Amino acid sequence: MNPIVRAVFEPGFFTSAPVRIALLAGGMAAVVSGIVGTFAVLRGQSYAGHALADISVTGGSASYLAGIAPLWGFAGVGVAAAAAMDLIGVQRRQGRDLATGIVRGAGLGLAALFLYWGTTSTSTTGATVTVLFGSIFTISGSTAAVAAVFGAVALGIVAVLYRPLLLSSASPELAFARGIPVRATGALCLVAVALAVSLSALTIGAILSTALLVGPAAAAMRLTSKPGLAVLWSAVIGVAATWLGVLLAYDSYYWPPARQGWPVSFFVVALVLAGYLLAQFAVTSPAGSRRDMATRQDKASARLNGAGA
Amino acid sequence: MLSGFMVNAWVVAGIVAVVAGAVGFFVVLRGSAFVADALPTGAFAGAAGASLIGVNTLVGLGVFSVLGALGIGWLGRRSRHDVATALTLVMMLGLGALFLSFSSQYAPEIYSLLFGEVLGIGTNEIVPVAILGTVSVAALVVLYRPLLLTSVMPALGESRGVRPARIETLFLVVLALATSMALPVVGALLIFSLMIGPPAAARSFTDRPALAIGLSAVIALGTVWAAIAVSYQTNWPVGFFVGMLSAGWYAIGRIAVAWRRSRRWAAAGEPAEQSLRAASVRV
Repeated sequence: MNPIVRAVFEPGFFTSAPVRIALLAGGMAAVVSGIVGTFAVLRGQSYAGHALADISVTGGSASYLAGIAPLWGFAGVGVAAAAAMDLIGVQRRQGRDLATGIVRGAGLGLAALFLYWGTTSTSTTGATVTVLFGSIFTISGSTAAVAAVFGAVALGIVAVLYRPLLLSSASPELAFARGIPVRATGALCLVAVALAVSLSALTIGAILSTALLVGPAAAAMRLTSKPGLAVLWSAVIGVAATWLGVLLAYDSYYWPPARQGWPVSFFVVALVLAGYLLAQFAVTSPAGSRRDMATRQDKASARLNGAGA
Repeated sequence: MLSGFMVNAWVVAGIVAVVAGAVGFFVVLRGSAFVADALPTGAFAGAAGASLIGVNTLVGLGVFSVLGALGIGWLGRRSRHDVATALTLVMMLGLGALFLSFSSQYAPEIYSLLFGEVLGIGTNEIVPVAILGTVSVAALVVLYRPLLLTSVMPALGESRGVRPARIETLFLVVLALATSMALPVVGALLIFSLMIGPPAAARSFTDRPALAIGLSAVIALGTVWAAIAVSYQTNWPVGFFVGMLSAGWYAIGRIAVAWRRSRRWAAAGEPAEQSLRAASVRV
């Protein structure tokens, strides 16, 4: 093998089964999070996305207690929390962060209780770490298959709602006037976010899944003003960051200080942040960017109006 | 329940609750719940890093939470505030995961950083918490008027020579101080819950800011002490009770607002249904 190739891809990278599953499941999570995340960022729901990831810790710890596959706990509690957020009014800009925070606080309080029960009954503190930080190298094949189903449902929701969702995100009044059920659309979007987050919570951990939801989407929206293109860019950036992160984590086995490998989540997050900063500073200067954003939004809504008429 | 180590718990948790209630008023007023969430959660990376290089945990927490506050302020000036907060948070958590992977026996301590170890507070932990708490409250007193002005009427503040961006950064630093002092003793979850639940309730009981701050501190204090008492009896984690009680306070606040509004409508003779329809159109 070519020595450069061998230096980049440590021996065994392509033949190892955990790596193959990690690439597959991680790539899937990145695509789903990237696409759904574009809408989450557009609608200013970064915090809701992060809170849902946090709350899915509750689901993870509950399923750990009940002895079922974590994914069901992640998804079930995520969707329930999304419904709760919608019920107490996250669709209103004013006070939305507050309501999100309240749901998150209550959810994590429950997680504390479940983790306490779990750790006292089995005396493993490892459960906390597993749930919070996940680990992409220990996913089983069957979990990946169920994760794929959840991801497909999330993408399906976004695909069906694509146009009404864009319009109600850009201009709720206009969408309301056109007879689009703004409230139901928003609730379904939040469910899609919950499903996407529960998927990526399994791959790079519950807390760090926020990175894949927000980072690539925010970077993509810097690069283009067209919604369709932004969705595509976001997925591409997310997949690139995840795969490169897996590769670096695999290579880092031989790095100092301990010969045990650096965490995947660190690499993925660092790459996502680097991608965002690159997109931000490469495209526009800070002074021009705000004006640009405004004209971009105008253009986007003008295009939507044209398409809808 | 009042034996030696429990007295420490009552005192420290009481200080934390009062500070969180006071700082939380501005968190709720400025709508910066996400930042109040991100700083304590992300600061744990500092604790992990400090334990790795053998420094006092409090130093690591302080450095990381202030760095996080400055990072959010810096990124937030160039992009959307929620995106900046989310990215700063995940970067801090990523670093935390890295530090954790270098040191192998940290798992129980993460649990205590996130969910708190209120019942195991030593006497030597009271002094740093008291000092940092006093500093945070003093900073709030100094910043009181400009903070209030930029929170309620940013344009008026600017015309009076108050720079919103600078006040925002200062506020974030105060928030960082208040959280880093409380983190090792009560945990990220608990302080965050105290920063939003009680102030949200206090704000819906009164419109006067000074009164609301006092009320918020009192409610936070009552919440924490009740949670500790119940936790002592049941052995369940304190974080669970604080999270639930805070959510309960928020619900009470919402009910109080709805009740006052319906009374105002009834008094004004305006049909409630009509204004409801108007409100739904505005959504």
